[in-house]
Amino acid sequence: MQTIATLEKGEKGIIQDFEIDTIPLKLIEMGCLPGNSIELVQLAPFHDPLYLNINGSYVAIRKETAEQILIEKIN
Amino acid sequence: MSTEILKVALIGNPNTGKTSVFNHLTGLNQHVGNYPGVTVEKKVGYCKLANHKKAKVIDLPGTYSLNASSLDESVVIELLMNKNDEDYPDVAVVVCDVENLKRNLLLFTQIKDLEIPTILVINMSDRMKRKGIFLDIPVLEKELNTKIALTSSRENLGIDEIKNLLLQHKSLPKESCFETAKIDKVYFEGLQKTFPNQSLYKLWLVITQDVSFGKIEKNTIKDASSFTTKSKSELKRLQQKETINRYKFINDVLKKGYSVDKSKATDLRSKFDRVLMHHVFGYVIFFGVLLLIFQAMFDWSSVAMNFIDSSFASLANWVNNTLPPGMFTDLLADGIIAGLSGIAIFIPQIAFLFLFISVLEETGYMSRVVFLMDRIMRRFGLSGKSVVPLISGTACAIPAIMATRNIENWKERLITILVTPFITCSARLPVYAIIIALVIPDQRVLWIFNVQGLTLMGLYLLGFISAIIAAYILNKTLKIKSKTYFVVEMPNYKLPLFKNVAINVLEKIRTFVFEAGKTILAISIILWFLASYGAGEKFNNAEEIIKTETATQNLKAEDLEHQISAYKLEHSYIGIVGKAIEPVIMPLGYDWKIGIALITSFAAREVFIGTLATIYSVGNTGDESTLKDKMREEVFLSGGKVFTFASGISLLLFYAFAMQCMSTLAIVKQETNSWKWPLIQLFGMTAIAYIAALIAFQLLK
Repeated sequence: MQTIATLEKGEKGIIQDFEIDTIPLKLIEMGCLPGNSIELVQLAPFHDPLYLNINGSYVAIRKETAEQILIEKIN
Repeated sequence: MSTEILKVALIGNPNTGKTSVFNHLTGLNQHVGNYPGVTVEKKVGYCKLANHKKAKVIDLPGTYSLNASSLDESVVIELLMNKNDEDYPDVAVVVCDVENLKRNLLLFTQIKDLEIPTILVINMSDRMKRKGIFLDIPVLEKELNTKIALTSSRENLGIDEIKNLLLQHKSLPKESCFETAKIDKVYFEGLQKTFPNQSLYKLWLVITQDVSFGKIEKNTIKDASSFTTKSKSELKRLQQKETINRYKFINDVLKKGYSVDKSKATDLRSKFDRVLMHHVFGYVIFFGVLLLIFQAMFDWSSVAMNFIDSSFASLANWVNNTLPPGMFTDLLADGIIAGLSGIAIFIPQIAFLFLFISVLEETGYMSRVVFLMDRIMRRFGLSGKSVVPLISGTACAIPAIMATRNIENWKERLITILVTPFITCSARLPVYAIIIALVIPDQRVLWIFNVQGLTLMGLYLLGFISAIIAAYILNKTLKIKSKTYFVVEMPNYKLPLFKNVAINVLEKIRTFVFEAGKTILAISIILWFLASYGAGEKFNNAEEIIKTETATQNLKAEDLEHQISAYKLEHSYIGIVGKAIEPVIMPLGYDWKIGIALITSFAAREVFIGTLATIYSVGNTGDESTLKDKMREEVFLSGGKVFTFASGISLLLFYAFAMQCMSTLAIVKQETNSWKWPLIQLFGMTAIAYIAALIAFQLLK
């Protein structure tokens, strides 16, 4: 199963699904919605936090949140 | 004809240049206060629109949506939901960043649904050309059912356009542009049937928010039996659906009125990010920046601080020498001027600190620091966002604790508040300086390192390490469950705007002078009273007693006066207290005179020096070397010196740990909304201080 946390720096994906109770509403409002594209821009040491480009919004989230969001990698 | 005042609320996402727009509209004609009951800053300014027409503009805290996740954000909803609030706006101005239009419009569509006349300001238009962005304003105005002002706060363009639109506010459309009921037809029809007179979107907000507004209203909605069946996750699912629907609407609008030529986009962001967020260089640069801030705060600001210090000292002298002697002159010179000096002395450091902080925030670098530090800080129960308060704590814990507001996670925020006072603040600096000069030899080790300097650095490290350890322990012991929501926007890099930085620095100084300053001044006056008055024979007849005692010594008039005032202090109210606590502080190596200074230091640490100066009756010359000499000569009745290496280290440790600052306690009470946490700080930290000082003195003596 691929999640945002499995992305490598520079890789992109499409958001598939997530359990609504584990995701802050703020992230959803930032554009984290099924079908939107996502790119891993930067990683802090220990793979945490993650700096993402979600559909044009630049946001940092923690690994524990990133692990909850299922994606499909694209090239 | 009287002036008509239009109430305007400025709303927008963080990082959209909303505050720049506010600064352009109001200039220096603005002030900062607090919303009742919370310490969220409330910025209000006035702006002239035309003859006899003014606008009262409120700069609301930045928010991503009307679904609040922090204290700052809930303030926005509470105001916009409450028609009876005196600041309820006649017009809402929503500020968007042209580069993030899609996301920014989410908030705009929510504001529109509140049925307040709304103007859309599209800011940062100077970047459009470079980014290849094209806007069809008439189409956007029609689709969004609003009026649009295109502005550039950097180039000061479009501000008059906003003013013009405000003047024509009566013709602004009020209707919303999005249909809330579409989210769940059945549910919302039921809702509307039960409350036929209410706006659907407002009802929806009342149901979904955990904010205190309209408690009564909320209860009546909960009691209505027809739809009490929605669980929390069902509501959240509906909120997600609402967001999807809103984005669908926004995408459709933007398709018609917005286009971007991607080939023109320059990628400044990734170039900067590559260096500033590098696994190694990122940290090296950050510590370089920290070093620069410290350099400014402790080296560059000392020139201004010395100037302020000597100016107030000569002013006090002048008052003493010019005005007729008496109670009023004493109060003015030793109470009020001394108190004002204690406030003004911190201004240079606060100015430098907030100069750096606001430049770092304006440029977008601060969010990168949060990103870099989050993982490390989390190990100790803190957040990446705790870095700013902890750095600010080196100047003063008060603005630092206020800066914790944007940490959404309550446990992380509470821990940050609780440990910030361990950080060496600037008020400890004068105390450290004089004691180090007294008990640490002025020598060099390894040719370059001065031992006194190393001691000072050691004390700063001690403060930082204790904060971290305390955070670690609190994290393990505090049983608070709060969901971690760490979502930090990484804004575009920008050149800071001079006007924004200057206004921010001025504002912080003003807040400090009037908020913390009030307490410091009041304490100074109380201390002056307690030290100048006493009860009993010995206090009232001090002059005669000393004169008879020293009759044979043939003292100079000046020395006699000093002896009298020292004797008076010993028998003043504060002297009595000092003597009473002597048995408790003896094991730490202190006598009753230091005891007095310790007590007065609980008001504010830097008072220590002033109190000792009075006790050792140096007079009000403000000459530190004289005080140092007196301290060096000071002996116990038994003959041993008071200030030895052992008692000096013991004092340094006491000041490093003890919670001696009434203003900090007051701000913690305000921020945590209970006396529990400030009292824990007061007793916990002071106990640590006592034990550390006791161990040090007993081992070293």
